[in-house]
Amino acid sequence: MSRGRGSAGGTTGHAERAAAFVADEDRAHWHDGALWVVRRKRDLMAAELPEWEALRERAARIKAHTRARLAEYLEQFEGEATARGARVHWARDAEEHNRIVHGILAERGISLLVKSKSMLTEECHLNAWLEARGVEVVDTDLGERIVQLAGEPPSHIVLPAIHKRREEIGELFHRTLGTEAGASDPGYLTGVARRHLREKFLAARAGLTGVNFAVAETGGLVVCTNEGNADMGTSLPAVHLASMGVEKVVPRLEDLSVFVRLLARSATGQPITTYTSHFHGPRPGGELHVVIVDNGRSRLLAEPAFRDALACIRCGACMNTCPVFRRTGGHSYGFAIPGPIGAVLAPGRDPRAHLSLPFASSLCGSCDDVCPVKIPLHEELLERRRQLLAGPGGRGAKRLAMRLARFVLGSRALYEAAGRGVRLLLRHAPRRLLYSRWNRWGRQRELPAAPEKSFRQAWRDRERGRG
Amino acid sequence: MGSRAEILSALRAARAPAEPLPADPPVAALRYPDPVSRLGEAIRAVGGTLLRTAVAADLAREVAGLIDRLQARRVVCEVPGAGEGNVRLAEIADPHALDGVDLAVLPGAFAVAENGAVWLPTGGLTHRGVFVIAEHLALVVPAEAIVNDMHEAYRRVRFDGPGFGVFLAGPSKTADIEQALVIGAHGPRSCTVLLHG
Amino acid sequence: MKVALFIPCYVDQLHPAVGLATARVLERMGCEVVFPEDQTCCGQPMANAGFAEDAAPLARRFLKVFHGHEAVVCPSGSCTSMVRNHYRGLVGDDPRYPALRAATYELCEFLVDVLRVGRVRGRYPRRVGLHQSCHGLRELRLGSGTERPVAAFDKVALLLRSLDGLELVSLSRPDECCGFGGTFAVAEEAVSCLMGRDRIADHLRAGAEEVTGTDVSCLMHLEGLARRAGTRLVFRHVAEILAEAMG
Repeated sequence: MSRGRGSAGGTTGHAERAAAFVADEDRAHWHDGALWVVRRKRDLMAAELPEWEALRERAARIKAHTRARLAEYLEQFEGEATARGARVHWARDAEEHNRIVHGILAERGISLLVKSKSMLTEECHLNAWLEARGVEVVDTDLGERIVQLAGEPPSHIVLPAIHKRREEIGELFHRTLGTEAGASDPGYLTGVARRHLREKFLAARAGLTGVNFAVAETGGLVVCTNEGNADMGTSLPAVHLASMGVEKVVPRLEDLSVFVRLLARSATGQPITTYTSHFHGPRPGGELHVVIVDNGRSRLLAEPAFRDALACIRCGACMNTCPVFRRTGGHSYGFAIPGPIGAVLAPGRDPRAHLSLPFASSLCGSCDDVCPVKIPLHEELLERRRQLLAGPGGRGAKRLAMRLARFVLGSRALYEAAGRGVRLLLRHAPRRLLYSRWNRWGRQRELPAAPEKSFRQAWRDRERGRG
Repeated sequence: MGSRAEILSALRAARAPAEPLPADPPVAALRYPDPVSRLGEAIRAVGGTLLRTAVAADLAREVAGLIDRLQARRVVCEVPGAGEGNVRLAEIADPHALDGVDLAVLPGAFAVAENGAVWLPTGGLTHRGVFVIAEHLALVVPAEAIVNDMHEAYRRVRFDGPGFGVFLAGPSKTADIEQALVIGAHGPRSCTVLLHG
Repeated sequence: MKVALFIPCYVDQLHPAVGLATARVLERMGCEVVFPEDQTCCGQPMANAGFAEDAAPLARRFLKVFHGHEAVVCPSGSCTSMVRNHYRGLVGDDPRYPALRAATYELCEFLVDVLRVGRVRGRYPRRVGLHQSCHGLRELRLGSGTERPVAAFDKVALLLRSLDGLELVSLSRPDECCGFGGTFAVAEEAVSCLMGRDRIADHLRAGAEEVTGTDVSCLMHLEGLARRAGTRLVFRHVAEILAEAMG
C-alpha cells in the first residue's frame, strides 16, 4: 500500500495546514497533551542523571569531531564491515539508494520485504519505488504499520501514529486486519497486529533496517527498537539490508555509551530502548548489505551555518517540546522529518517547496535546550529565514514593508511622527474601521489601548518640569 | 567517478573544522551502593522481573517454576544447570521453526544497573533470533556481573570479528496506540532476569 | 551609577507607563537615569523576520546612540538579547560593539546581577502569574528553565517574591511560549492565538489575578486575546509592579 502524497508541500504552506489542524481545537489540545507528556518524561529522565548536561556536551563534540573526518571514518567503517562479511554500497542520492535496494531484492527474486523504522527510507520514498516494481513492503514498527495501512506518511519520527486516536486505529484495523468492529483497546489491537506481522516476518526473505549508529572501529551497525522488529526482521529472513546516512558513523564502540544514554531518554523518556542491537556482519548463512547514502548531506556539511544539524540522532525531542509542533501535528510540515529539525533540513533540500517551514516557529528556543547533541536549532531557523529571503523565494510585499520600516525607523523625526500617527489612529478611528479586514492582528485579538503621549514625550515633560 | 569516490570527495571538500575527540573519560556520576537492588528497580521499570538464585539447584528450580507458571510446552535452554529444555537450537536447521517456542532461557554476559539492560552476545547460539521469537524470555546473568552504567558496559563489549550482541531491557513493548503501553509487541511478552551465583 | 534607558519602540509609543516605571525603579535604586533621545528601534522585528540587511542600519544607529554609556538598561528581554546575541552578524567588527554588548542589560538582570538587589522593599498583595518570555529566559538566561536539569534560579521571580504579600502562582507549564514570536503572530495566526489562549487558561487555572513578565510584546499578545474573550486578568510589566510596590 503506497503512501499518500498529501503532505508533500505543494501550494499551501505550513500556516494553512496548521490552521486546518488547529480548527479542531479539541483534537489539537489532545495531540498537544499527548506530546507534552512525552516531553515531561524526558525531563524526569534527564533530572536523574547529574551528568546530563556533560553528556550532551560530549555528544555534540563527538559528532563535531567525526564530521570533520567523515570520509576517513566511513572508509574505516567500510573496511571493518567488509572484513566481517558485510557488503557495503554507496548511493549519491535517493534514487540511487532505491535502485540499489531494489537491485539486491530483484537479483534474488525477493518480492516481500519487512522493514523496521528508517527515516532515511522515508526521505528516499523507498516504499513507493519498490511497490511500483512489484515488491510488497511491510512496515513492521506498529506505528509505521498503522500509517502504512492508512495510506499516510508518519507524523513524527519516533511516534509515527501519534496523531491517531485509538478509535480511528480500531476502525482502520477492522477494515484492514479484520479486528472486531468498534474495538479500540490498544492491547487487543496490538495483539492482532502481532499475529499479522509475525506472518510477514516468517514469510519474508529480506529485512531492511535503518541504522541509529555505525561504528567505524568495528564496522558495526546499532539499531534501537522497543518492539524487537529490527531483530525479528533480520534473524528470520536471510538477507539484511541496512540504510544509513553518511552522518550516522561514530568513531568507537565506547562512544556509543554517550549516545545510548541520551537517545531513549530524549526520545520517549525511557532509560534505554528494549533492544539495542549490534550487527557485525551477516548472520550465519545470511547476507548483510549496508547502503551508505549522501542525498544532500555532503552539501549540508559544507555549510558552516547548518552543518551542526548533521549531529541529529533522530530522537524527536525537539518535536515533543515544540509548542507549535504539538498543536499543529507533523503533517503540517509536509516533509519526511517534521518539527524544528525538519524545518532546518527541508529548505536545504527544496527552498521553494519548504519556504514556510522556518517561519513555522516562534523562535522560543526550547528545542535547543532539549536537543541531546546541542544543535542550535532556533538559531539555524533564523539563518534559514535570512537565506530564504535573500534567495528567489523572498517575499515581495513583506520586503517592501521592511524597507519602509527601516526607512522610518532610521530617522528620529519620521519615527516620532509615525508613532503619533499610530496613536491617533488607535485612539480615534471608529472600531468598524480599525477592526476591518486589513487588521490581521485584530481578527482574534484586541489592539492595545493607545496612550495620548509616548514615553519620550512624557519623559521630556518630566525633565522640563524638573529642570 | 563512481558514487563512492564522489561522496568521499564531497565530504572531504566540505572542510568541516577539525575538533578533537574528547580525551578525558566521560563523567559518570552514578555509582550505586547496592547494585543488585538498583538493578531490580531498573528491570521492573522496563517491565521485567528480577529473581535471585544462589546455587545451581535454586536456578533449576526457578526455571522449572517459570515453565510451570507460563505453561511452556516448547522450551529452549542454553544455560547449563538451568534445566534441559526440549528444543535444541543446534538440531534445528531453519530459524523459522522457532516460531512457537514458549520460553527461551539464555545466558546473559552482564547486567547494567542504570537501565536494567542485559548484554546478550549470541556467538554461542546457533540461531540468534531465538531471543526475539520466543513468547517468553529468561536471561541468566552471573551475580557478580553487574556494571553501573553504559560506559562501564561498553568496556566489556568486543567485536573483533563478525558477531551479534544486544542490550535487552525487559520484554518487547510498544506505546504506538495513544501512548498506551502494551507489553509484547513482536517479541517476548515477559522477560525474567535470573541473577545467579 | 549612570544608566541610559533603552526603551523598545513599541513601549515608547504604546506603553509609556512601562518606560516611566523602569526609570522610577532605577532611580529609587540610586541610579541617575538618562534617556538618549536619538534612539528609535533595535531592529529586532526585521532581523527575526529574516531581513538582516534592513536591521543592520538600525543596529549601527544603536551603537552610535548608546556608545560610551556605562550601563544601558532595557525593560525587554528580547530587545536586550537582540543587542547582546544578534548584533555580531549585523555590526561585524565595529570597535564600539564589545563594550556596549557588555554594558547592555535587561532590567531584572541589572537589578539582581549589577545592583545586587536581593530584596525589593515594597508591598504588592496580589496573586501574580509570571510569564517567562522566551528570549529573556533562554537567550539571556534570566532563569534556569524547565528543559535543563541545572541548579534552579530565576532573577525575575526573585524580585517579585521579595515583595510583601505577592504570591506567585504555580503554573502547569511555567515556561511555555505565549505564541507572539514577532511576525509569527500574524503569519501563523491560528496556532499563535491557540498558544496564547492556552497560556491564559493556565494562569486562570492557577488562580492568577495579574499576569506579568519582562516583555510587553508577550503581554500585549496575551492581553489582546484576554480582552477579546472578556477575561478578567490584569497584565502588567514587572517594572510596573516593582514601581508601584516601591511607592
